[in-house]
Amino acid sequence: MAHQISLDFSKNAARAQADTDLQSALAKLQRDTRLARSIITGRLPEFEDLRDRAVAIKDHTLANLDHYLETFEANVTDAGGHVHWCNDAGGARETILQICRDSDAKIVGKGKSMVSEEIALNDYLIAHGLEVVETDLGEYILQLRGETPSHVVMPAIHLKKEQIAETFRDHHTTLDPDRPLDVPRDMTEEARAKLREKFLAADVGITGANMLIAETGSIVVVTNEGNGDLTQTLPRVHIVIAAIEKVVPRVEDALSILRILARSATGQEITCYTTFATGPKRPDDLDGPEEFHLILLDNGRTKLLEGAFRDVLRCIRCGACQSACPVYGAVGGHAYGGVYGGPIGAVLTPALDGIDKAWPLPEASSFCGNCEAVCPMRIPLPGLMRRWRDIAHNEKLNKAGARRGLALWAWAARRPALYRLGARIALRLLKTFGGRRGYLRRVPLAGGWTTARDLPAPEGGTFIDLWQKENLGKTQGNTTGKTGS
Amino acid sequence: MTAAAPPVTPPVTPRVGLFATCLVDLYRPSVGFAAASLLEQAGCEVFVPRAQVCCGQPAYNAGDRANAAAIARQTINLFEGFDYIVAPSGSCAGMLRRHYPDLLSDDPQYATRAQSVADKTWELIVFLTDVRGWTDIDASWPASVTYHDACSGLRELGVKNQPRQLLEKVEGLELRELEAADVCCGFGGTFCIKYPEVSGAMVDNKVDEIVATGAATVLSGDLGCLMNIAGRLSRRGEAVEARHMAEILAGPAIGPAIGRTADSDGGKA
Repeated sequence: MAHQISLDFSKNAARAQADTDLQSALAKLQRDTRLARSIITGRLPEFEDLRDRAVAIKDHTLANLDHYLETFEANVTDAGGHVHWCNDAGGARETILQICRDSDAKIVGKGKSMVSEEIALNDYLIAHGLEVVETDLGEYILQLRGETPSHVVMPAIHLKKEQIAETFRDHHTTLDPDRPLDVPRDMTEEARAKLREKFLAADVGITGANMLIAETGSIVVVTNEGNGDLTQTLPRVHIVIAAIEKVVPRVEDALSILRILARSATGQEITCYTTFATGPKRPDDLDGPEEFHLILLDNGRTKLLEGAFRDVLRCIRCGACQSACPVYGAVGGHAYGGVYGGPIGAVLTPALDGIDKAWPLPEASSFCGNCEAVCPMRIPLPGLMRRWRDIAHNEKLNKAGARRGLALWAWAARRPALYRLGARIALRLLKTFGGRRGYLRRVPLAGGWTTARDLPAPEGGTFIDLWQKENLGKTQGNTTGKTGS
Repeated sequence: MTAAAPPVTPPVTPRVGLFATCLVDLYRPSVGFAAASLLEQAGCEVFVPRAQVCCGQPAYNAGDRANAAAIARQTINLFEGFDYIVAPSGSCAGMLRRHYPDLLSDDPQYATRAQSVADKTWELIVFLTDVRGWTDIDASWPASVTYHDACSGLRELGVKNQPRQLLEKVEGLELRELEAADVCCGFGGTFCIKYPEVSGAMVDNKVDEIVATGAATVLSGDLGCLMNIAGRLSRRGEAVEARHMAEILAGPAIGPAIGRTADSDGGKA
């Protein structure tokens, strides 16, 4: 399926809503998420305190980001690793390709990394002659299907198991076509056997990092499949790609954040594998890479750090906002077009791709606030979406019709006497058309409303007029005269 | 979450400015009268400034801060003299309480006044229970109802237990909880018009759950959500009625449900 673009959100959403497989997958995600969250938070009374602590750690780090990044770099170098500072996607891609070439690499094994999606790394490396194999099961499935992740921690959550079985049959052509692939276990066993060959053959392993620890120069990688460990320890060269906001000061800070990460992401207390790794293999180590490279990517972060969107840099990519968002739940992640779907995507994609290419995303929210309520890092996602709406409004990016409607309404709302007159007229019209039945099926200029629902007819008369009739004298507030316009 | 404690020496008969909200004003005056009645039952003197229009949220959420701020200043001028400002809507009360201070933070003439208005603005139900400490509901509704937690009230103002506490006092009323009462109904102000299909899917889920409870009536504290839900119920031909909480709590005089008329079919009226 061709990659969808953010400006087409409405069209993408319509397609997603017509996809029954996707709809049942999303419904299951939402049900499971609700259940898991209530269990997890119920079992951990100090969850709210942990969130506060995590927020404080990140805010402190962001306020001193240069210091912690330089400390981190020094400690990586001390441990025998190399740090590469990359400003943008292009720089990061070239640096990674050069490292691969310097080590005569042919096969690259990859752990799951959203930042690598951000810089479209796979396509680039493949175009330059390398074989790139995703080793996370979900990412592996997507690679076979030519798709992108639809969720930051459950990349293939948009697929049903029957679709995955079909994909395996289409691609694993050397296997018996009549083999059973009915239960997930059949498929994981098959993927495991396929991937094992690649783990052993890979020259370079590329992973992301959930955190970078300044005081030790370590990286932290959490997975549930162990693929991250095989990717970073078996190949000769390990390349880590991480954005600059991933750094935390100390090991104990990383541990604090780990306590809320898995709980928020998948409802687990901790993931199956949590790996701390520092630099390349030392002389006495039994295993590990000969070379260790760390790509520190900016890609717009320092710009975010300076402005109104700074809080979004606290994000630890747990995907809780996506799983909990009813809009994401209705359309899935791909409809958002960018690398990140859901509320975090509605805030990040305009920053990464430009608001002119992504303005519909921050609009695609009912502002129900559930994303902010579940975000372990307490990122005010609706507030940040509103900031993007401010910018889109100022730059006149949104639809002219909507702007005109709003302008007309605001013009009237700032003139209370006129507004009241207009209200009386509009009500009389609505009452005439909907009065007898109580509902209107179609209303001029309200097509959006009547697509899915009838418009209840008004009771008749405005409250203010009726109240005034009943309570003469009480309608005057002490400053009613100063209403200006 | 429910913010500031009541003032140290609450006025004996506080003067309350009723911010009716534009939807109640235009669509359902009976909610305004019910709110006023509840406030009076709770010992308040109620005022309804005639020049009130809207809280400005449509402009604020559309990115039009200039118009939103102008409307906010207008609301502040009109209401700042009252002891309290009360709205029968978590969304509009949330706008005054949580967003006016942000909206006017750069306005030297209004920044402090916005904060003072924010501090004394309350959602109706929370005002009755938490500020007035009043729960003497004198109402009867011998039927089953279900309750939808409207998002802004729930997440911006902590409206959660208070409405249930008051519903418990209604004679004969049986509350049947939704499986996911706190999930958005898909209204979201202009969201429902900008993205009608997505909003439609959300309200359809909500209506499925409402119907599954078997309750005769769905209640909530925000007319926007209720019009959305009632409109979808009607489109699907469901018999369930929709009403604002205040209508049932206020007592005897109850007219037809939202979108129903005295001679239209369906339920008790």
